[in-house]
Amino acid sequence: MLRDSERIFTNLYGHSDWRLRGARKRGDWDETKEILVRGRDWIVNEIKASGLRGRGGAGFSTGMKWSFMPKGTDGRPHYLVINADEGEPGTCKDREIIRHDPHKLVEGALIAGFATGANTAYIYIRGEFHAEALRLQFAVDEARKAGLIGKNACKSGWDLEIYLHHGAGAYVCGEETALLESLEGKKGQPRMKPPFPTTVGLYGCPTIVNNVETIAVVPEIIRRGAGWFASLGRLKSTGTKLFCISGHVNLPCTVEEEMGIPLRELIEKHAGGVHSGWDNLLAVIPGGSSTALLPKHICDTLLMDFDSLREVQSGLGTAGVIVMDKSTDIVRAITRLSKFYKHESCGQCTPCREGTGWLWRMMEKLAVGDARIEDIDIIDEVTRQIEGHTICALGDAAAWPIQGLIRHFRPELENRIAAHDLTIATPAAIQAEDLPEAI
Amino acid sequence: MPRVTINDIEIKVDAGLTVLQACEVAGIEIPRFCYHERLSISGNCRMCLVEMEPSPRPIASCAMPVTDGMVVRTNTPMVEKARRSALEFLLINHPLDCPVCGQAGECDLQDITVAYGANQSRFQENKRAVPDKDFGPLVASAMTRCIHCTRCIRFSTEVAGVEEMGATGRGENAEVGTYVEMALSSELSGNMIDMCPVGALTSGPYAFSARNWELRHTETIDVLDAVGSNIRVDSRGNEVMRVLPRLNEDVNEEWISDKARFAYDGLKCQRLDRPYVRENGRLRETSWDEAFAAIADRIGKIMGAKGRKIAAIAGDLACCESIQALKDIMTAFKSPHMDCRQSGAQLDPRVRAGYLFNTSIANIEDADLCLLIGSNPRYEAPIINARLRKRYLMGGFSVALVGSKADLTYSYEYLGSSPHILEQILSRSHMFAELMDVAQKPMLILGQGALVRPDGSAVLATTRNLANKFGLVSHGWNGFNVLHTAASCVGGLDLGFVPEEDGRNVAGILQGAESGEVEVVYLLGADEINTTELGSAFVIYQGHHGDAGAAAADVVLPGAAYTEKDATYVSTEGRVQQTHLAVHPPGQARPDWMILRALSHALGKKTHYDTLEELRAHMVHTNAVFAEVDVAAANRTARTEWTAFGTTGEMNASPFINAVENFYMTDPISRASKTMARCTNTFHVPYLNITGTNG
Repeated sequence: MLRDSERIFTNLYGHSDWRLRGARKRGDWDETKEILVRGRDWIVNEIKASGLRGRGGAGFSTGMKWSFMPKGTDGRPHYLVINADEGEPGTCKDREIIRHDPHKLVEGALIAGFATGANTAYIYIRGEFHAEALRLQFAVDEARKAGLIGKNACKSGWDLEIYLHHGAGAYVCGEETALLESLEGKKGQPRMKPPFPTTVGLYGCPTIVNNVETIAVVPEIIRRGAGWFASLGRLKSTGTKLFCISGHVNLPCTVEEEMGIPLRELIEKHAGGVHSGWDNLLAVIPGGSSTALLPKHICDTLLMDFDSLREVQSGLGTAGVIVMDKSTDIVRAITRLSKFYKHESCGQCTPCREGTGWLWRMMEKLAVGDARIEDIDIIDEVTRQIEGHTICALGDAAAWPIQGLIRHFRPELENRIAAHDLTIATPAAIQAEDLPEAI
Repeated sequence: MPRVTINDIEIKVDAGLTVLQACEVAGIEIPRFCYHERLSISGNCRMCLVEMEPSPRPIASCAMPVTDGMVVRTNTPMVEKARRSALEFLLINHPLDCPVCGQAGECDLQDITVAYGANQSRFQENKRAVPDKDFGPLVASAMTRCIHCTRCIRFSTEVAGVEEMGATGRGENAEVGTYVEMALSSELSGNMIDMCPVGALTSGPYAFSARNWELRHTETIDVLDAVGSNIRVDSRGNEVMRVLPRLNEDVNEEWISDKARFAYDGLKCQRLDRPYVRENGRLRETSWDEAFAAIADRIGKIMGAKGRKIAAIAGDLACCESIQALKDIMTAFKSPHMDCRQSGAQLDPRVRAGYLFNTSIANIEDADLCLLIGSNPRYEAPIINARLRKRYLMGGFSVALVGSKADLTYSYEYLGSSPHILEQILSRSHMFAELMDVAQKPMLILGQGALVRPDGSAVLATTRNLANKFGLVSHGWNGFNVLHTAASCVGGLDLGFVPEEDGRNVAGILQGAESGEVEVVYLLGADEINTTELGSAFVIYQGHHGDAGAAAADVVLPGAAYTEKDATYVSTEGRVQQTHLAVHPPGQARPDWMILRALSHALGKKTHYDTLEELRAHMVHTNAVFAEVDVAAANRTARTEWTAFGTTGEMNASPFINAVENFYMTDPISRASKTMARCTNTFHVPYLNITGTNG
């Protein structure tokens, strides 16, 4: 279990003041200028050395991404865009950061902006986070007033302006390029890659898009040193991470823990354990709704980090742990996710536009068993026809939960079909008790 | 040059190409729906996925730029599966109504499904139905068939320049349409029908009239404006069923205007299919012999200097062959009165460069500044306007307009409407002169609106001075352009169908007819003149439509329309092109040059040619430009001279008025077209303000 002294988010639960005064007491904005003075390359190298991987779901190396930004300038400005469009079902970490520790994000924005040559940072915040947006705006204004951002931020000579932009409720706008489109005032539809945003991003300029948590941990990593961060966690998943545990647990919570913590420990220590005990566990969706679920026997020994989860054909994603106990209708649960993805598909590219609706309709049938056994194989194949064939990852996200279901709960699906067939094939008149004894 | 390996074939391709283009270079076809060479890349159909090392996933070849050492495969199981998947997804919600679909037979989805698709569907659910949209009288929609490739959206925003189309809704509920339910206000909207890879957007007027495999294709050119767009006329039996664009990078790329595409139904109405003579004030059907006899009789009665009492006017659709033949007859009678500038534009026939679009349409893309004078190219030549917009989108192109304000689909600096602004620029007292000074390849476009004025010749001379002063004409570049609206005009000027010494021009002929000095007027398809001014003159009308000219005629000779004859036209850029017979003229109507040849025999002034080849050789003799077909003046080996033209003089202050008021009705064919009438009702501004209780 992570020691309190190793925690980055020391006000995650809002026990103390979230404003600038409180944040300063917790060590934020402490000698930020000295950090900037050490130079752009030093910061990027430090982040690289820390092994920090993007906290938005894909887990791409943050330092590597920053190093892709052009060193000089060709006349185009650079932009830093912070993705606060937290929409992944099961995830509520960025919201907690913005609510209770907004200055971590604002300070991180300054350091990241400096490290990537951006004088302008946009924070694209989910439209539903209204109260959080007000609080974040307050924090930004406070920091600007205190001279921490804005012109000559922290007297470092670097200018950084932060603007807040409210989303309008589309899940797909959390995808980085759709977010950029939306930010530009267009319809939120993902762009083709390449070119990547670091070459052609917001308004056609080099842009870094990072998750709130990624940016918010940057100041602490720089202060404590890359070595400290890298010493936590395991292998290629270093540092600490916010885990959001929801579902059939006694104390649903968001908690900062070390990467690679066993899932069972995470649930039992922080979330008060599964309803009616660990043995009542049916399955866990480990990283937000788009990752494949894992049945109990895998969860028993599972470690929560990027690579361990990859090994079991799932993913860490946003670390939104959704716990389901044995009372769950697992097929119905996945069907609901399928409906979500059908609803949130932007409609741009063919496999996702047409495929998500098809998946959902087939799932609805499977949920009641009104299908044929071969339909299970068809739906599995359809998910594979969507996966990897789309412009953005929403297609993958729609495919994985169903693949997980079929991988681990195929007997359940087959039983339902068999049960349903029985009710159809056996008219009431000849139900079991009425059969002659000879049979 | 990057070296790429496609299916184990190593090729060198130009940097900047996409993988899809590189595959084409290698001779490998990649199926696609959303990708189109002339539109931006959207990459949404996912049909063009190919395998690229070391990517574990297939990549969209239309959007991936080639890099050196790239290894691409298009024939692997992964690619095959990706293609089959994309097609399966496209087809689950696509109706299987090919038997009643207008696109069947030329449908990308059909063709690609046959080549790459599976043979049966696994989709058991209900299909999606989408309400049809009202895109106006030209484009019919069946939106259930839409596969969301967004080509139409990209076409309308990028090429046509009207941001009226888009996709509304999300996911499977996304619908392509106009954001606000309205007809598409673009004069290029018909091209969206060609863009659409399926039958979602089809031609409204053509709907359910033919299947495309029944049609005979004739490659020809359009004459309803002076651009000379290359078209393909599709006919069944002796009926034109539709008109489609033909690729010509130098002229129309692959676009045509809505008038060129949809006015063909005018070829079936109001046609003159037999000769007529006027008796007791009424036109009576007659035979060719009688009609010729009536003409010979009337000309025979002219007393005194015969030639000075006969005059001829060539209309906007007249072909070069008939103009040449008519000119020969006029010369035989020693008549100096003839004119092909029906509108009265004061073009100077002495210098070819003075009446041509010298820059050429393709070279617009090299220009960096354009001054429009008395012209609205959007309606006078939509294809040229599309090219100007294309240039504008490339950036670094300043456009200014002297004339009436209009939406040209690109932004421009409005300098005013008075001709005196030209003088101000000339004397460098106008700000715009500074921009003209710094421009490397400036061009100007002089519209007919600036020349159809009493001071037209002075405007022409002033414009020439402007061109000289600001270096519009230099070695290898001529930025002086006259934009014609009539297909016949440049050909007529090239053939010298203009008043000879003390001959009368159009205004003079009409004046002479009214006063009785001109006794016989020959109208070769001339309908845009004020026929009430013809007075008591004996009027012979030769043409294909019962329009204004025929109504005023004493003898009507039925001619052939552009789809019904092999004829030569010279476009505004001086490009000699030929139409080809797609269908035969109706009834007793005949190709125009043959009528004139027969008439010359009846009049005892026999022409010395009996075949089209001989006539064309004669035209080459008249002007050598007719020897080179399909070459713009800008690309000719013999450079056009740049000597003085126009007459220096005072320009009056009255504002320039554009030549084309209603784009949809400019000539006898489009005036006879029901489709164009519907367009006029829908789009033409005076009609837009009509209320339900109007009239």
